[in-house]
Amino acid sequence: MSNTSPSKAPVIDFNTPAMIRNRKFRAFKNLFASKSIALGGMSIIVAILLIFFYLLWEIMPLFKAASIQSWEEKDAQYTQYKSPGGGKTLYLGIEEQAKIGMRVNDQQQLTFFKTDSGEVVSTQTLTNPNAPQAKVTSFTTVSEPSGIFALGFDNGEVIIAKHSYKSTYPDGVRLITPEVSYPLGETPIKVTTGAVDLLSISNDEENWNIVAGSNKKLTQTIISAEENLLTDELEITTESKDLTELPFTANKLLLLPGTRWLITAGSQGKVAVIDMTKSADKQLHQEISASSAQITEFSLLLGNNSVIIGDENGVISQWFLVRDNDNKWLLEKIRAFQKTDAAVSVTAMEHRRKGFATLDTNGTLYLYNTTANRTALKTPLLDGQATAISYAPRSNALLTEFDGNIRLWHVDNEHPDISWEALWQKVWYEGYQEPEFIWQSSASNNDFEPKYSLMPLAFGTLKAAFYAMLLATPLAICGAIYTAYFMAPAMRRKVKPLIELMEALPTVILGFLAGLWLAPFIENNLAGIFLSLLGIPIAILGFGFGWANLPKKIRNAVPDGWDAALLIPVVIVATLISIHFAHNVEALLFGGDLRQWITDDIGIPFDQRNALVVGIAMGFAVIPTIFTITEDAIFSVPKHLSYGSLALGATPWQTLVRVILPTASPGIFSALMVGMGRAVGETMIVLMATGNTPIMDVNIFEGMRTLAANIAVEMPEAEVASTHYRVLFLAAFSLFLFTFVVNTFAEVIRHRLRNKYGSL
Amino acid sequence: MNISISNWTKSGSPWVWLNAGAVAISVIMVASLIGLIGVRGLAHFWPADVIQAKYSERQNSRIIVGEVVQTEQVSASQLIDAGIEVAPGVESLERRLLKNGNRDSEGIDFTWVLSKNLSDIKTPAMLFTAERYEWGNLYGFLRSLKQEQKVLAQYAGYEKNDEYMALWSLLDKSMLRAQDIKAQIHDIEKNQIGKINHELERLRLKERRMELDLNSDADVTAEIEQRRVQLAKEYKTLEDKLVDFYGKINRDSIEVEISNGSVITVPIANLVRIFRANDMSIWDKSLHYIAKVWEFVSEDPREANTEGGIFPAIFGTVMMVILMSIMVTPFGVVAAVYLSEYAKQGFLTRLIRIAVNNLAGVPSIVYGVFGLGFFVYFLGGSIDQLFYPEALPSPTFGTGGLLWASITLALLTVPVVIVATEEGLSRIPSALKEGSLALGATKFETLYKVILPMTSPAMMTGVILAIARAAGEVAPLMLVGVVKLAPTLPLNMNYPYLHLDQKIMHLGFHIYDVGFQSPNVEAARPLVYATAFLLIIVIALLNLSAVAIRNKLREKYKALEV
Repeated sequence: MSNTSPSKAPVIDFNTPAMIRNRKFRAFKNLFASKSIALGGMSIIVAILLIFFYLLWEIMPLFKAASIQSWEEKDAQYTQYKSPGGGKTLYLGIEEQAKIGMRVNDQQQLTFFKTDSGEVVSTQTLTNPNAPQAKVTSFTTVSEPSGIFALGFDNGEVIIAKHSYKSTYPDGVRLITPEVSYPLGETPIKVTTGAVDLLSISNDEENWNIVAGSNKKLTQTIISAEENLLTDELEITTESKDLTELPFTANKLLLLPGTRWLITAGSQGKVAVIDMTKSADKQLHQEISASSAQITEFSLLLGNNSVIIGDENGVISQWFLVRDNDNKWLLEKIRAFQKTDAAVSVTAMEHRRKGFATLDTNGTLYLYNTTANRTALKTPLLDGQATAISYAPRSNALLTEFDGNIRLWHVDNEHPDISWEALWQKVWYEGYQEPEFIWQSSASNNDFEPKYSLMPLAFGTLKAAFYAMLLATPLAICGAIYTAYFMAPAMRRKVKPLIELMEALPTVILGFLAGLWLAPFIENNLAGIFLSLLGIPIAILGFGFGWANLPKKIRNAVPDGWDAALLIPVVIVATLISIHFAHNVEALLFGGDLRQWITDDIGIPFDQRNALVVGIAMGFAVIPTIFTITEDAIFSVPKHLSYGSLALGATPWQTLVRVILPTASPGIFSALMVGMGRAVGETMIVLMATGNTPIMDVNIFEGMRTLAANIAVEMPEAEVASTHYRVLFLAAFSLFLFTFVVNTFAEVIRHRLRNKYGSL
Repeated sequence: MNISISNWTKSGSPWVWLNAGAVAISVIMVASLIGLIGVRGLAHFWPADVIQAKYSERQNSRIIVGEVVQTEQVSASQLIDAGIEVAPGVESLERRLLKNGNRDSEGIDFTWVLSKNLSDIKTPAMLFTAERYEWGNLYGFLRSLKQEQKVLAQYAGYEKNDEYMALWSLLDKSMLRAQDIKAQIHDIEKNQIGKINHELERLRLKERRMELDLNSDADVTAEIEQRRVQLAKEYKTLEDKLVDFYGKINRDSIEVEISNGSVITVPIANLVRIFRANDMSIWDKSLHYIAKVWEFVSEDPREANTEGGIFPAIFGTVMMVILMSIMVTPFGVVAAVYLSEYAKQGFLTRLIRIAVNNLAGVPSIVYGVFGLGFFVYFLGGSIDQLFYPEALPSPTFGTGGLLWASITLALLTVPVVIVATEEGLSRIPSALKEGSLALGATKFETLYKVILPMTSPAMMTGVILAIARAAGEVAPLMLVGVVKLAPTLPLNMNYPYLHLDQKIMHLGFHIYDVGFQSPNVEAARPLVYATAFLLIIVIALLNLSAVAIRNKLREKYKALEV
């Protein structure tokens, strides 16, 4: 070595201002980056939480209790005021906006008043021009939404009137003008000979059905009013007949729609059903004791099908006519509501929902919903027994009269029709023979009872997932076992991307093929499908056995681990043969057509788009999910385990079953769970490959409606913030939770497994 | 060498074979699915022969004309159920689905016929197929060409001869002329008048905005009014032009003898293209095929989406996917970097990682519901209140649209990008990172200059997979802004050029809608197959490229690890 002078490091001054500035800038950049990356990362986490909490936030109102307080407007609370018009109240009403109230008193005065102050807007006297001295002896309404009511007089006459409201916008401000009209003319109609102590009216377009009378004697009058097209005059035809004598002195009457059924209530809880179409001696259809005490409330729920009966003991129940198996209609008690603390005093029916408000004699308010059998609210409201109560059409306000004073209340009761029972248990809906699980969220008529039972949807979801898993589980797991353990690496490299491609196939394509191609194909080749389930395994085994018996020379021509490739033509040929000969088998066993044999001889309904189609199509979608995870779990079992086993003389199959599979089983289990999660949430395939009818039947030849498909079908039409909308959110939330829990569980299992492999 | 069954069973081979069978079945299923869609989708564009035959049912017989679309066997019992007499002993019969077209004169354009009832099947060379803008295909013999009421040329026979060819060439000329006018009409109606309408609407909104702001600037009002008058004038000119064009385009018409022997008159303006499939050479057919495929990918749909092309759907899908990638890439990458490089590795990080992983397994419809409720109604509704009060009550962003569809899908696919990027990050040998830090680079510099460039293929993989998923996803889109028909593209020449609030068409939804909501499913079916095939091709290419990138990446790091 020559003399070496110690090499001198070049002198760099690290502390020049420029360097310092540069360093500071870099440090700043670093800090800034770490902060913003943290922010970005956090925002993703926030997004995840946002989904969860937003869904939750949308469904919370469903389970919120109702509330009531004084009506407030522009920070001014409405207080009570003297009942306008004086006298005794027969009826209270409110219009749509809850701005104008309406009251009918026993002096035949109809007063429209402002609900904030009680200021009278207009007054009408509903006098009887024929007999000005006649006294009002009864009052009835046709239904709350129609606004039609009637007064009965002691001379046997009735006046039918209707209150309605017109909104105009002079100068851009809403002006509500109340109006009174007389659908059958202003002249009173004679309906009975004696006094009209009891009165009930039903109306169906031009036809009016009036039952009136007193004590045990009733007369039915059917009136049809047709407007003459030329003269615009009402042409009225009247037809009346006396009804059978009642078994007890009635004090309340209710007419169901149509001219057939009349329901009366007498003292001591007696109720009788009269079939008015029968001859007089057979008219008494049913007589029951609906209550053990005096009936104090007896009125029809929205739709005029259900009778709400309340009594002195505070028992409130819902009744309607149910057709039994002998085709006989009987009035049955459907459900009882939460008992009121004191006797039932007055009740107001909702105009657009199957619900009602009740005040007991203590002044406690109860808001009920019939479908959900839910008490949305129980709160002391008044100091004693109220004389009248009325619901606003939008169910957002209540008008009460107590001690000669009227007061307007604001009611917040958005979703009374949802309860645990309504969602998940059998509910006895109007018009059904017995309690059932039904999903029917909307209909064309207004007095429809929405049926929000999630059971048929949850059932359909699990049914679809079950049949999908039935196909996917064996195929995916067996396929994965072979690919991971037996297959030649060169072939594995080709098969894996193909399976991954299978996973990426848009489900809309699978759904469309299932619906338009597979469904008709299966319908025409049902026997072929079942035969190939048998034929393909037999062909595979037969080929395998034959192969084992081939000369070694031929067998050695195919390298180890390529058996699957050999099987491809075998499977194709087996399928074709099965489908081809299926027709002969059908002719032999099932009279030529299996599909028809199933419907005609076994009596199982057959839909073209059924669970079998869904099972195959969705199974196709689930196979790659299960396959990939299972394959991964088996492939990553440490090799020395299997080498050890093989070295000890076990056959490859023994090694697989005794060593590999037990080790990898948690992984396979988690694969199944992830697959299940995917099948449960799949939308497009079920949407397109089933008829989407929400039925509950395990039959493989019928369709179903799943939660996800239901959301896709109904969400675009659901009114924002309505009960329907929120129930759909609830369905989405359930799906979210279900898959999240299942996937997390699967993920945890896989994580454990990875650690285990690591330690091996 | 023979092996007995019991020995064979003992060795476990049957099970191995069955397992191998499962792989074989899966592979066959994928391949046959793609094959089926490919064959059905691609075959549609090939000009099929048009047959003419005598069809006798009971005592009646008539001439029918059409393309055979499908042939299948039906069991006798099914036919008997349908009220058709079947000779005893016959188990099944062949039937054919005939596309007989002529929906305007015959009512239905597809009929099932029993093959045994067909006789005298011919493929007359002079039988032509005409695709029309309305009423679907027309099959028939050309009889004459008329200009206004004057007959220019006519021919009465069924054979190919010079007289006929002369008539045909006149028709060709007339077609060219009509198509030229049609193009001009289209340009005026869609582009020019569309532009005027767009501007008028903007003026209206501007005015309404001023009204709402209680801002009455006389100058601006006058300006608006002036512009409006000007636009009205322009509109008038265009309208006059249109009237003129419409007069011209309806000049020519042809007379056609259809299968039942009657002669109908068809205006040339209603014809898209006209050809004699039976008289075409393979070369002609190939050209025709290419033209049809081009029409399919480049034209607007016609006839309730059952004819024409799917260009708006392709465009909508692409726009949505691009917007989605722009959103998903930075967020996904940043989140992945945060999780693996910046966050403290502990229980919480593990929890988040699991949550992100599982987010990929949450049903897509749930994202749709979230998108509809949160983005469309909540965010969109608020944006409308704040920024577009002038358009209310008609919503601007308060209804589904391109933006919300993209964001919803971005949320849906962000786990894919995160997982892929994280995997890439974890594969970077820590020596590289440590080396960079040891040389004095800051953490950010290491990340930016060393780690991210090396992870870029992984990110690419993630983004490609995300795109593939987004392109095929339909369920959430149905809720957040994809519609069956939106011929106005979200990117056009009208200010502000990119219309984020506009509803779009989407390939996947198109398949669902045309296949299941179409009034004429038979007519729509081939197009659905073709659309599905296109979608599969795109997604398969994306996926395979992702796989290729991933494999390359693995090779690269294998080298580094040594």
